[in-house]
Amino acid sequence: MLHTVNKSPFDRNSMETCLRLAKKGSAILLIEDGVIAAMQGTIQSANIENATDAFDVFVMGPDLKARGLSEDNLIDGVKVVDYSGFVDLVEERGSVNAWL
Amino acid sequence: MAEFEFETEGVKKTFTFMNRKAPYGTIYALEVLETVLITAAFEQHANIVFVDDGVYQLKSGQDTAAINMKNFSPTYGIIEMEKEDADEDEDIDMNWRIIVEKESLEARGLTTDDFKVDVEVLSAAELADVIDASDCVIGG
Repeated sequence: MLHTVNKSPFDRNSMETCLRLAKKGSAILLIEDGVIAAMQGTIQSANIENATDAFDVFVMGPDLKARGLSEDNLIDGVKVVDYSGFVDLVEERGSVNAWL
Repeated sequence: MAEFEFETEGVKKTFTFMNRKAPYGTIYALEVLETVLITAAFEQHANIVFVDDGVYQLKSGQDTAAINMKNFSPTYGIIEMEKEDADEDEDIDMNWRIIVEKESLEARGLTTDDFKVDVEVLSAAELADVIDASDCVIGG
């Protein structure tokens, strides 16, 4: 299953709940404001830092770019994808759970 | 005008509905509820799940008269009836579960006595398996 999170962890608990209820081994894709969760050095960073072993964590490159967030500051283990990468994930992972 | 025919004969899937918002503050709860009822019309399997503030949707004693909004909480009673009908009637191939996450419940100081319908309480780990095993997840 592919889980998408589109809310900032500073705004909503969507990512926190996703991490609690996603089955280990699932893919998690951070999109829109969700990309904020992938940045190093925030008080929320530990959540994703601790998740990269149990999950395949991806972040949407165009959403980082739009917000002026550099890929250099991503948490280690987070992989950047573009829109076609998103499509590939949907195809590979079977079904999508969009955490709103 | 073209006519569409939907090939739904024999199609049976398990839908999981993730209710994560309290009622009335946003439209999410009501919209998910409408979708759950459509699932019944097509005789599909459904996990109706309540986590985070979504657990407040099931609170008994809701009275919206003073906020000029429709109290849609009686509809959860309809869902419970649909579930019970499906459980009892052998001719209906529809497995429904009404599930509340234990962690969300405890975080809010609620117990199942606060709810207007009977629910299954599952831990986060148990619920993760249920979600992962479903064919389609509707967020809300």
